[in-house]
Amino acid sequence: MSEQINTYTVSIYTENNVGLLNRISAIFQRRKINIESINSSISEIEGVTRWAIVVVISDEGIRKIIGQIEKQVEVIKAYYHTDDQIIYQESCLFKIKSDLLFEDDQIKNIISANHARIVTVERDFFVLEVSGNKNEIEVMYRELKPFGIMQFVRSGRIAVTKEELKISTLLQAFSA
Amino acid sequence: MEIVTTVSKKENAPKTTERISGSEAIVRCLLAEGVDVLYGYPGGAIMPVYDELYKYQDKIHHVLTRHEQGATHAAQGYARISGKVGVAMATSGPGATNLITGIADAQIDSTPMVCITGQVSSHLLGSDAFQETDIVGISTPVTKWNHQVTKASEIPEVIAKAFYIAKSGRPGPVLIDITKDAQFEEFDFEYKKCTAIRSYNPVPDVNVTALQKAADLINTAKKPMIVWGQGVILGTAEAELKAVIEKAGIPSAWTILGASAIPTAHPLNIGMVGMHGNYAPNKLTNECDVLIAIGMRFDDRVTGNLKTYAKQAKIIHFEIDPSEVDKNVKTDVAVLGNAKESLQQLLPLLQEKKYPEWHQQFKDLYAVEFEKVIKNDIHPTKEGLTMGEVLNEINIQSKGDAAIISDVGQHQMIACRYANFTTTRSNITSGGLGTMGFALPAAIGAKMAAPDREVVMIAGDGGYQMTIQELGTIFQQKIPVKIVVLNNEFLGMVRQWQQLFFDKRYASTEMVNPDFVAIAKGYSIEAKKVTKRDELKEAVSEMMASKEAYFLEVCVEKEDNVFPMIPTGASVSDIRLC
Repeated sequence: MSEQINTYTVSIYTENNVGLLNRISAIFQRRKINIESINSSISEIEGVTRWAIVVVISDEGIRKIIGQIEKQVEVIKAYYHTDDQIIYQESCLFKIKSDLLFEDDQIKNIISANHARIVTVERDFFVLEVSGNKNEIEVMYRELKPFGIMQFVRSGRIAVTKEELKISTLLQAFSA
Repeated sequence: MEIVTTVSKKENAPKTTERISGSEAIVRCLLAEGVDVLYGYPGGAIMPVYDELYKYQDKIHHVLTRHEQGATHAAQGYARISGKVGVAMATSGPGATNLITGIADAQIDSTPMVCITGQVSSHLLGSDAFQETDIVGISTPVTKWNHQVTKASEIPEVIAKAFYIAKSGRPGPVLIDITKDAQFEEFDFEYKKCTAIRSYNPVPDVNVTALQKAADLINTAKKPMIVWGQGVILGTAEAELKAVIEKAGIPSAWTILGASAIPTAHPLNIGMVGMHGNYAPNKLTNECDVLIAIGMRFDDRVTGNLKTYAKQAKIIHFEIDPSEVDKNVKTDVAVLGNAKESLQQLLPLLQEKKYPEWHQQFKDLYAVEFEKVIKNDIHPTKEGLTMGEVLNEINIQSKGDAAIISDVGQHQMIACRYANFTTTRSNITSGGLGTMGFALPAAIGAKMAAPDREVVMIAGDGGYQMTIQELGTIFQQKIPVKIVVLNNEFLGMVRQWQQLFFDKRYASTEMVNPDFVAIAKGYSIEAKKVTKRDELKEAVSEMMASKEAYFLEVCVEKEDNVFPMIPTGASVSDIRLC
């Protein structure tokens, strides 16, 4: 059994019920597994919630976790993927002093080189948004840091898989 | 009472709804689920439901336990002996938190149970109101499902789901928390049983290919061995298991919770596996070539050190819960599904076989165990009484027909090892959680669910005192259970470990006990104390003959140990006989 540690993105389709976050996070907590990031949103199916949870864990560990998640009554299906099996993005916001935007061309260059977007420009500050993978966001962070970042926030990972997940088929089979 | 008749478009049939309160709806839902008895304790936030229980007392029997934990264990005993869903009820706050031990016990031992708790009114939620506690949050990790109801109209659907989830697939406990305002609120009541939930697949389909692979492995095995667990009992697959065992001629062992599914005396029943199980099946687990696990989960108390567990064998796992497959032991073939269906389909694929030489190995090792352990346990020559001889006397006088409800500790291991079972669902004990205090209240539930059966509770002096207050319930309800306390004035199992692994430093394990006979008599329960061997037979006989509750204290040797034993972390084949 492999003890190699990997980053896995867990994708879970569930009913949209109060308390499910507690139930799912308890599965990780009980095994003392840190959740790197967690995101819950609507999915492509009406009334079905989709979760993306990132954990660093062994292959054997993730298989057991998936079993425990799928066992929950309100979980429709759970999957796990390595980074090469998914398309994933994180989004982040930088709040920076406004005068730098007008006085320093370098910031403009960083914005265009990283495909960042100016969300708003206020009198005292402006806000940049950039989406990408963790590395891309880290590059942007490093480049902007010397200018003074007033606030920085990064979202959890969201991901779609390269393989088809067939959740709709699964749900159709139930209704039939 | 207003009665409204509506026509459902879908089924085009008239349906009746009645305008009733949420609390009445709760009772009506329980009745619709066939609940005839429930265990509980009233309090502020559940009072409207108790008011309805008063109204419906000729239809549903509420048993007032002396503590909410007792209510859960009683519901568990009821469920374990009958296969029906046990029901426990409590108020909010401490009433609800007192249910937790029983819920956790039911979760790990897969017992179908529905717990209903009252909750403060919805406008007070989160305000630290009197007796408010987040019981849904607290119970989440130990329930199969839980839900909070804040509107009366949700009650029928949620309770229907609760019963369906509790008893389907791998059973488990469900908790429903109902706010007081939802109990008072009136709505149009209509009840429909739940038969499916789209996100929940309780019984996976049997895979024919896997089944054939399993059959091929079994048919070509030279030294096959079966270990069955509670999945056989929960899946009512006792007859199917017996047919498989007899056709394939396979020596078969059981886990504690699987005990009694096949009679103890069956020639292919080779005894118990695990820490204090029998010598032969533990030892030969590491010699068999195919290990067939049926409805068991390779608990660490069964397997000992996993690194040296049945490494030479191909493993076949018949299991209803996919998350159990490869969880502890890597399997070669997993057959998912309900044990009954899987074994039914397996039977025609099996060849008729006998393994006389292999079987002889089990008999030879049994002879070793008998000589070194069993003989001294059940026919002791020393002065002090042993737990084993008490069990033996109960076996003889009950003719193996009694349901044995044991607590946790040395006496539990002795009870499971030596009880002679003839009927399934006769060994009711706290297996996974190891809950001391389980037996007395569980015996109440068991006797109420199976009034025609002899129910004998066996506890140690430690565990007995954890829920001793339930004597009050037995007294009030006139429940004719037989209560046996094997008193060694120690927390015996902990003391045994202290002796073996902590240089006899008996830290906080010696007990100074009260006069147990006087306590039982205080509840008007007939009681006797036995201190000598020549008093035992007559005392057991008097107990068995009694038509009422009876308390028997047997003072046993203080420092006896339970053997065989697989020390923690050791291999099953390193099982010790002394």
